Amino acid sequence: MTSSLAADTVGNPAINISIFAAFVVATLFIVIRVSRRNTTATEFFTAGRAFSGPQNGIAIAGDYLSAASFLGIAGAIAIYGYDGFLYSIGFLVAWLVALLLVAELLRNTGKFTMADVLSFRLKQKPVRLAAAASTMTVSLFYLLAQMAGAGGLVALLLDIHGKLAQSVVIAVVGVLMIVYVLVGGMAGTTWVQIIKAVLLVAGAAVMTVMVLAKFGFNFSDILGSAQTMMHQATGKGLASRDVLAPGAQYGGSVTSKINLLSLGLALVLGTAGLPHVLMRFYTVPTAKEARRSVVWAIGIIGAFYLFTLALGYGAAAIVGPDRILKAPGGQNSAAPLLALELGGVVLLGIISAVAFATILAVVAGLTITASASFAHDVYASVMKGHEVTEREQVRVSRITAVVLGVAAIGLGILANGQNVAFLVALAFAVAASANLPTIIYSLYWRRFNTRGALWSMYGGLISCIVLIVISPAVSGNKTAMIPGADFAWFPLSNPGIVSIPLAFVLGIVGTLTSSDRGNPALQAEMEVRALTGIGAEKAAPH
Amino acid sequence: MSDTDDPSQSPSPSAAGYVGIQNSPEFHDLRRSLRRFVIPTTIFFLVWYASYVLLGAFAHDFMAIKLWGNINVGLLVGLGQFVTTFVITGLYVRFANRELDPRADAIRARQEGAHR
Repeated sequence: MTSSLAADTVGNPAINISIFAAFVVATLFIVIRVSRRNTTATEFFTAGRAFSGPQNGIAIAGDYLSAASFLGIAGAIAIYGYDGFLYSIGFLVAWLVALLLVAELLRNTGKFTMADVLSFRLKQKPVRLAAAASTMTVSLFYLLAQMAGAGGLVALLLDIHGKLAQSVVIAVVGVLMIVYVLVGGMAGTTWVQIIKAVLLVAGAAVMTVMVLAKFGFNFSDILGSAQTMMHQATGKGLASRDVLAPGAQYGGSVTSKINLLSLGLALVLGTAGLPHVLMRFYTVPTAKEARRSVVWAIGIIGAFYLFTLALGYGAAAIVGPDRILKAPGGQNSAAPLLALELGGVVLLGIISAVAFATILAVVAGLTITASASFAHDVYASVMKGHEVTEREQVRVSRITAVVLGVAAIGLGILANGQNVAFLVALAFAVAASANLPTIIYSLYWRRFNTRGALWSMYGGLISCIVLIVISPAVSGNKTAMIPGADFAWFPLSNPGIVSIPLAFVLGIVGTLTSSDRGNPALQAEMEVRALTGIGAEKAAPH
Repeated sequence: MSDTDDPSQSPSPSAAGYVGIQNSPEFHDLRRSLRRFVIPTTIFFLVWYASYVLLGAFAHDFMAIKLWGNINVGLLVGLGQFVTTFVITGLYVRFANRELDPRADAIRARQEGAHR
């Protein structure tokens, strides 16, 4: 009884709230200070391209290490052991695709959004519209995951069990994020990312050292204790799990093994298609700085995922799977519960504030990307045929941010309770299907044309969404989003293994069946700009 | 692009200028250097990552072989992915600084010189 009692009241809500409030006040102060200008679109969307490579690299890590990485992966490792580790590896290796194939070329050819690159040498309006549609879809999936994380965390920290009260807190997070974006623009958002990344990595490092110290710096002992705790667990199906080898989550049927391959594919190909990550490459002055920022990002992200390995197994060994699963917030509460065991109420408060900050910062980054895409690609380019001032684009973008914020609040309330890493993997699948093939083809394949881009983007986007809707993640079982209904005709919970190859093939078929040979002059301009940086957008004059 | 007269952009060559640069031997050399590194490296890390995921899905017994204490093959192969990612990042940066940047800088300097 004592253990379940301890899980019900985690920490001291007053301390949790005051540490969180201190973070919000401090970051809002910074956001207001750095955002005095923000009147031109270059200022608002790219912070004047004035960030250095290391600064941007830390901010990329801040954008990327979302609640999924912290709460989701630690939880997945604590409950499923080795299978959770696959998320870390996929999320990290994916950066090589961004570094080697995309980052620098994209920085040299684009201006504000992913669509700038995709539509560069193709028909502007239809391609921009398709790119904006997929940007909004990916951002919404990602937002939904962050909001679900916020709900779980709040449930745990403030001991709020009622769905209504959790929904109110999700709404508060949503409103805060709108304020950051409206006031701060890209400069403010980037500073929030930087502060949050430093806090998150430092917090994870401290906890890792504490976990290791508890086991005499012997990692093998942590693994052994995690396995022992699992064997002693009373939850259904837990005791027989081997957490040190793969297979606890994706072991049983052939379907679940294919599901693992599908997840692995979506993770490794998704990153370089995430619009909010791509947009960060516009905040640096040159392609060389874009390269430096990816190197910094890979270093920080890699170190962080090594920490999550210790944190996940540490949570299993010290907190135990039974307590984690019984806590409000479920799997997502493994890391906060571990903080409580290691450092008491204060560490829990700090770690939770960091996790909140993580959610807030990632949500703000996603919102600015999606709203920039709408203002720049849909409103300015498609609806108004470029006949709008930059001030007008910024105004439309601000309105879009408010609308998106409201939508994210609604969806977050729906997705409350799902594993955050799993939800983010769906966003990765959409990004890898709808965006990556067209990015690669337009940068590397001279013959690629508008039909190929549209077939690939819409084909990837639609197949991915449809397969998610008819997957077991949405209906047909107790843990689905809509447990009451059953329209799960597709057996895999991640659609990547079908939709990603399909989108690549559609790009080729669409291109080759069209007589459109493209515009050789624009192709030359794009390739020369991409590789040499001639004509690239410069940093705003100060 | 709609706003090529934006003062924040560097001087852009004409359309014919871009085609000229694209057809120049210096540009061919730059593109060849880039692809010579990027394509084989990408194939390597994707195959290595795919083997890891396939082992994770289908070779549970192999991954579960214990080497020291509770450290098994799966953990080492997983950490190996971290190592290769860091090493490839380092190699690429060295390659880009030594091989790509000077070539791109030369083409850009010549173009900007001609423009003034």
